Amino acid sequence: MTSPKLLEVKNLRVEFPTRRGTLVAVDDVSLEIAAGEVLGVVGESGAGKSMTGAAIIGLLEPPGRIASGEIRLEGRRIDNLPYHEMRRIRGRQIGAIFQDPLTSLNPLYKVGDQLIETIQTHLPLTHAQARDRAVKLLEDVGIPSAAERITHYPHQFSGGMRQRVVIALALAAEPKLIIADEPTTALDVSIQAQIIQLLRRLCREHGTAVMLVTHDMGVIAETADRVAVMYAGRIAEIGPVQDVIKRPHHPYTVGLMGAIPAMGHKAERLTQIDGSMPRLNAIPKGCAFNPRCPKVFDRCRVERPDPMPAGNSNAACWLVAKEPAHV
Amino acid sequence: MSKTPMLSVTNLKRVFDVSAPWLNRMLEGKGRSIVRAVDGVNFSIDKGETFSLVGESGCGKSTVARLIVGLYEPSDGSINFEGVEIGQAATRAKHPEIQGRMQMIFQDPYASLNPRWRVGDIVAEPLRFRRLLKSRAEIQTRVGELLAQVGLSPLDARKYPHEFSGGQRQRISIARALAGEPEFLVCDEPTSALDVSVQAQILNLMKELQRKLNLTYLFISHNLAVVYHVSDKVGVMYLGRLVEWADTQTLFERPLHPYTRMLLDAIPDLDMTGRARTPVAGEVPSPLNPPPGCSFHPRCPLANERCRREVPKALPVEGGAVACHAVEENRLPPWKTQAAA
Repeated sequence: MTSPKLLEVKNLRVEFPTRRGTLVAVDDVSLEIAAGEVLGVVGESGAGKSMTGAAIIGLLEPPGRIASGEIRLEGRRIDNLPYHEMRRIRGRQIGAIFQDPLTSLNPLYKVGDQLIETIQTHLPLTHAQARDRAVKLLEDVGIPSAAERITHYPHQFSGGMRQRVVIALALAAEPKLIIADEPTTALDVSIQAQIIQLLRRLCREHGTAVMLVTHDMGVIAETADRVAVMYAGRIAEIGPVQDVIKRPHHPYTVGLMGAIPAMGHKAERLTQIDGSMPRLNAIPKGCAFNPRCPKVFDRCRVERPDPMPAGNSNAACWLVAKEPAHV
Repeated sequence: MSKTPMLSVTNLKRVFDVSAPWLNRMLEGKGRSIVRAVDGVNFSIDKGETFSLVGESGCGKSTVARLIVGLYEPSDGSINFEGVEIGQAATRAKHPEIQGRMQMIFQDPYASLNPRWRVGDIVAEPLRFRRLLKSRAEIQTRVGELLAQVGLSPLDARKYPHEFSGGQRQRISIARALAGEPEFLVCDEPTSALDVSVQAQILNLMKELQRKLNLTYLFISHNLAVVYHVSDKVGVMYLGRLVEWADTQTLFERPLHPYTRMLLDAIPDLDMTGRARTPVAGEVPSPLNPPPGCSFHPRCPLANERCRREVPKALPVEGGAVACHAVEENRLPPWKTQAAA
């Protein structure tokens, strides 16, 4: 293994064939995640961020499908694996945490049984060993009196505690990568802070890489090493989190940062981006952001920009293009 | 204070009976269970200002909103609108003109608009209901004006709600709320279902309308950053009680109550990249069985014997009031002043 890349996504394109034509939910997305790294994926609803996560873990809902591109985990292609092989990877090598902890746990099984089942599916352990491990996992995620709680049903846990159980489930088989899709969105601020800290600590301890999908820039700022900003199915800007937040290059990132109400200095007006994200069946020609962009010029309306180097980041914007327009 | 506030709420209480059915209670030997959703809340709002209530889910902030607009009747306490008592439904019914001066904007713009009505009818409903305008032409013109006021086109009146995005739907809700020319708007989490860039549009619009029409807002939110941005005064709620209220600057610069401090500490800040936050312990206890004394004491780093026993009373302090024994006894550590310049 020469490359330290854990996950490599190349030119991923996810399509939804419908009666009225094909919708492109994810369009030409390339990203990589190193071992132990936290990559934040941020964007507004419909930007394709969850879809990218679902494609990586092989859980696209039909009729959605990967139309082109490659996904490699430790150099091995995983996007074209048959169902049963993908099942072995899911959970064992890639774990998942979803937004709503109530729907990701089976309400009819005790949390302990769910953990033991997951552990035994992926690891060669006896029931007793798996049980010990389940208790240890629950202690790890900060659930008090874990040995007793293991016999409880999901409804006996509060929202924050449930999300801890889901994290324990995701970590059960020591995966190398966790896809966390809006893990804190359903939680209150004080609980959200606890969960983010927990996620960060566990990933450091276990050396797990995380793809953190969220719409909350604050969560990203606190947690991620690098961040990808998505807009209308494409990556608008990707780079180290400090650079993207402090020195954004793409006008969409600039607008997004300005739109977040900041504490400390009270502005009379928030920067607003007029209009809204285009629907998937009406993505404009050229740069998808061009109808809302304050700095739009002719080239943006006809030619689609690919991510290109801009400072320490990459931005898909003609403003940062080095070479002059060759039209 | 010389002038009377627009709205003042005194010792407002609302309990909900969530007991099991009678037969179950008899068979299982269980008593009634009562949730004190709002338990003795006091505050007042002056004309033209924005008062915000913040708190985590289940703290009773939305119940307060519903009590004020009359969707619930208070169990106890009074609601006073410009000197007129409107707390009980019977007295409220005697003052229909006051009801007309209040309107509400709801959280979910997908659930609060009837999908089978055209936008024009939705916005015109308050006009028709209260017979403000008679002729169809007048109503149509007014609906056009209202839609233009919130940044939509008068032609949108012919469309149905599903043809609009979340932010546009929230604009329709605002237009509907403004139709009756209210002076007082209760906004229950108006932006929490929206994306940030759209949230900014709606917040800007609300501020603009406030200036133009001299509106008074009661703003309910769980998002402290949004609250900081829009409000003049802020009240922090915890388990049905108002634990601290103050004008915005004071509250965010010198928070007193340990719960307020904890909330402020918990906000992810864009500038704190990579910084570890002070750990926040515990969760909100069940409102069915709140702890005795100060309801925050199980999570409070400053709790002592008295906090476990005695409910703290609101204490007037500079710029507001706070209900905390630690503040009263002067054993509050200083609040870290933000290093950011």
